[in-house]
Amino acid sequence: MSPLPIRSRHVERFLTLRRSATNHLVTGLAVISTIVVLVPLIAILGYLIYKGASSLNLAFFTHVPVPVGETGGGMANAIAGSSVILGLASLLGIPLGIGAGVYLAEYARGTWLGAGVRFTADVLNGVPSIVMGLAAYALIVAKQQHFSALAGGVALAIMMVPTVARTTEEMLATVPNPVREAALGLGIPKWRTVLSVSLRTASPGIITGCMLAFARVAGETAPLLFTAFGNQFWNFNVNQPIAALPLQIYIYALSPYDEWHRLAWAGALVLMVLIMVSVTLVRIFANRGVLKGGD
Amino acid sequence: MGSNPRSLMNEPETIPLSPLSPEARAPLAALKPIVVQQAAGVVAVAAPAPSSVIRDFLQAKSSGRVADGAFASVMVVCALSIFAIVLLIVFVLVSKSRLSIHAFGWKFFAGQVWDPVSGDFGALPFIYGTVVSSILAVIMAVPLALAVSIFLLDICPKFLRGPISFLTELLAAIPSVVYGLWGIFVLVPIIRDQVGPVLEKYLGWTGLFVEPNFGVGMFTASVILAIMIFPVISSISRDVMRAVPVNQREAALALGATRWEMLRIGVLRNARMGIIGSVILGLGRALGETMAVTMVIGNHPDIVKNLFAPGYTLASVIANEFTEATGDLYLSALIEIGLALFIVTIVVNAIARLLVWAVIRGNTARAH
Repeated sequence: MSPLPIRSRHVERFLTLRRSATNHLVTGLAVISTIVVLVPLIAILGYLIYKGASSLNLAFFTHVPVPVGETGGGMANAIAGSSVILGLASLLGIPLGIGAGVYLAEYARGTWLGAGVRFTADVLNGVPSIVMGLAAYALIVAKQQHFSALAGGVALAIMMVPTVARTTEEMLATVPNPVREAALGLGIPKWRTVLSVSLRTASPGIITGCMLAFARVAGETAPLLFTAFGNQFWNFNVNQPIAALPLQIYIYALSPYDEWHRLAWAGALVLMVLIMVSVTLVRIFANRGVLKGGD
Repeated sequence: MGSNPRSLMNEPETIPLSPLSPEARAPLAALKPIVVQQAAGVVAVAAPAPSSVIRDFLQAKSSGRVADGAFASVMVVCALSIFAIVLLIVFVLVSKSRLSIHAFGWKFFAGQVWDPVSGDFGALPFIYGTVVSSILAVIMAVPLALAVSIFLLDICPKFLRGPISFLTELLAAIPSVVYGLWGIFVLVPIIRDQVGPVLEKYLGWTGLFVEPNFGVGMFTASVILAIMIFPVISSISRDVMRAVPVNQREAALALGATRWEMLRIGVLRNARMGIIGSVILGLGRALGETMAVTMVIGNHPDIVKNLFAPGYTLASVIANEFTEATGDLYLSALIEIGLALFIVTIVVNAIARLLVWAVIRGNTARAH
């Protein structure tokens, strides 16, 4: 062991100053970065509210699109179409996701199969949405030979499953084991224990997860491009092409007409409000509910 | 975790339900709404009594075993459906792109020509566009994301922490198509008129920023992508940094470290694998991002060094051309691009998840 180098007082002082300067520099950089990040966020939201609110009117919610050249018109059919597609997706995706989550939390803790399912769900979560659209196209549209709301619903449902499954699992994991043991010890069958005790205790968290998954797919456009396809008119038949809000925004944004740009901004604001309301509700419930989100 | 309940779970009927003492029976009789906390203590009493409400209840429900089996298998089917979805996607994509795979083989990914009219398809320009725009986005987003994570964890006053983290998470909630809309009408003019000339003046010599700059192009797409992947990197790297045991920080501080030294030695070094994981996750998001990129990148299949020039990505060529594709070969070439995108993002995400898990699991285990 060599002896510690002996430094003069001046060198010591200089080093301390340098360390403290570095510290201040990094702190300053972190603060500046945060401001830099908040700027585009506020710019996007502010501009969206400004443009959207000035273009929004009652006709937007009650009328279908009008041909180019005419003013007015709305996206009523797209709002209805989005509801149909999202309803279908939730109907298919949420039960499947909750089932998978229950399996992971109640039947497969610490097993290899469980780890495999969990990992696959996480990886599936990162697959681009347009690939889901391609898969739904190849599975349904190519077979039926026409675009349909059903295909769009399936594409979005596939995207919901992994999110719902993982949050359900995380929420069920927060239910204390003695609660389950108590129920089982009373001779209550396992299925009943899972349904009436575990799932019920974790239900606020699970609902939160479902809403998050819903908010995530509500704004998706890419998987609908060649499944739901879009429609300028009313349609409630799941076997026919159907309009959707994000799809309509995309088409109008790329058009050269000012009137359509106006409608695109209004549509974007409506979509954002829909998503923000569900995300904010989720945040409130997650903080106040019986269980806080998994730590 | 307490004792393992699994041994009990399989056969609830066989639990020796000894007859109950009167004082134990009273709470059990009122069992109908399952009051679990109270009952937990009762089971341990296990007192004797020949016939009881519980026993009748159980005998009436003697089909519990059947119901249990059915319920468990339904849950297993749901779980296995996740595997099934992945396999199904691979299967349909492979079968639909067979035509193109046979026609071009591996040369598909090296071909520079994309000519639907003559039926010559090569994906290299799209691969180039995807890789360049994603990597640029990561380069722009990572320093900011890490700085914001550090700010939120260690510097930010408590009352600001909630609102700021909520705002950054809100960035993740904005739909891709809304980013695209904002990109077309706000970002493109800014890049064309304000940012472009400055970059050209100071960095033009690199050959990366050369006029003409129409606003739409690779650089604009990267900026949009950077904004979009920022929340992913920021929130996951924050989780990873938070998973570093507090005693690592305390040890650094106790040695007289400044805050930055404490973060560097105690936090960043321990969390580095997870931070790399979060960056790769962000990269995965950027690779597959479709709508916003399609709306601002210019959609022109060329391989050029100039970042102001329009480009094209794997995802946006599918979005733009799929519904207009005529001919089976064209369609199957586009599906093969989708297959490539699928495989690449699966691999990228798998690596990222493994890295993040390694840190979070390892550190929480060590902390106890």
